Amino acid sequence: MSETRIKGWSRTEMAARAAADIPEGWAVNLGIGLPTLIANYVPAEREVMFHSENGVLGVGPAPDAGAEDIWLINAGKQPITLRPGASIVGQADSFGIIRGGHLDLCVLGGYEVAANGDLANWSTGKPGEAPAVGGAMDLGAGAKRVWVLMEHTTRDGRPKLVERCAYPLTALGSVTRIYTDLAVIDVTKQGFLLRDCAPGASHADVQVKTGATLHRQ
Amino acid sequence: MIDKFVPDIDAALEGIGDGATIMVGGFGAVGQPHALVDALGERGLRDLTIIANNAGGDFGGLPKLIAQGAIRKVICSYPRASGKTAFDALYAQDRIELELVPQGTLAERIRAAGAGIPAFFTPTGAGTQLAEGKEIRIINGRPCILETALAAEFALIEAWEADRWGNLTYRRTGRNFNPLMASAATLTIALAHRKRELGAIDPDAVITPGLFVDRIFIAETTS
Repeated sequence: MSETRIKGWSRTEMAARAAADIPEGWAVNLGIGLPTLIANYVPAEREVMFHSENGVLGVGPAPDAGAEDIWLINAGKQPITLRPGASIVGQADSFGIIRGGHLDLCVLGGYEVAANGDLANWSTGKPGEAPAVGGAMDLGAGAKRVWVLMEHTTRDGRPKLVERCAYPLTALGSVTRIYTDLAVIDVTKQGFLLRDCAPGASHADVQVKTGATLHRQ
Repeated sequence: MIDKFVPDIDAALEGIGDGATIMVGGFGAVGQPHALVDALGERGLRDLTIIANNAGGDFGGLPKLIAQGAIRKVICSYPRASGKTAFDALYAQDRIELELVPQGTLAERIRAAGAGIPAFFTPTGAGTQLAEGKEIRIINGRPCILETALAAEFALIEAWEADRWGNLTYRRTGRNFNPLMASAATLTIALAHRKRELGAIDPDAVITPGLFVDRIFIAETTS
């Protein structure tokens, strides 16, 4: 098996890979953490409206050091800028945008994605540890498309693409595509479908690290 | 003459006692009326129920109130922060109650209370742990959860401009939950950064009409 020799995409390459698939004109919410990087790889001339659930449509690039506006943060509580054309709404309207199906795409991080599109990304279920959900369940249930950007396996090598999620669910049957360090995978009626592999990785390499059948085109 | 400006924080917070249910505006540190929450922490209150988006941060007065044991229950969407918090410690010891609500459902429950809607069905959270014990109905082929309106006795909110009638504007992402909470509390207390003459705020620019606001404290900081 060649698995130990596969380097895979880096985190920034994963973000760039997902960014390449976002067309002009979409309204897109990027989840906290890794998905936030995607915005850096959408060129300014391709006009995409980035939404932040605390009430921004039209998030711009991160501000230069010293130029932060204390009144402007994103869902991850990092300072942001507004791009020309941006608008601000309150929480009911912001989640109306989400729940009402007005977002073309939401990209979330994940603990697990199941072959039926179920997503687990909010709680590890550890006793004594307060769970936190934020807007994840609204985004998972409301956006027109839900993509997940995550490592293919856990740090100790367990698959994060599974037959059925073991962690508590965030949303049922909503994930349609997954970008990992090893592959781009669609979630179809038949289950996981391999779309693209990282350089040097084969279907067999990706299948061995996936916890459910990985179909080929 | 209608004049809702109060001279100091004591006058702003008057009447808030043990066991009160209090909404606190803000998403993260932005739009949270820090001076009001800090002052609440000086009053030695007990058994409070706090409704806020975040409870676990290292900003503002909420962590201090939590650490003092002033809060019996938190209703929020995100009680976690990057580091360990006062909330985590009490939660691990089962000394504080948590009602976890998805952020959009939290917003809509507050909006519903202000708008006279006792309950509503939403697809958010259907089939998850947060739907357990709630009525489920299939609407247009989709499972939806019955969620009830969420009101409070008091709302502490942060605005940008205010006039003496209580008309408010907000600044950037400081708007967040503040207009909703203003509508859903019996008594709404606003901290504002700019005092305006009546008529000086363009009616088209008013986000919260003055009828939702009872007291306004003008913060000395003008950040």
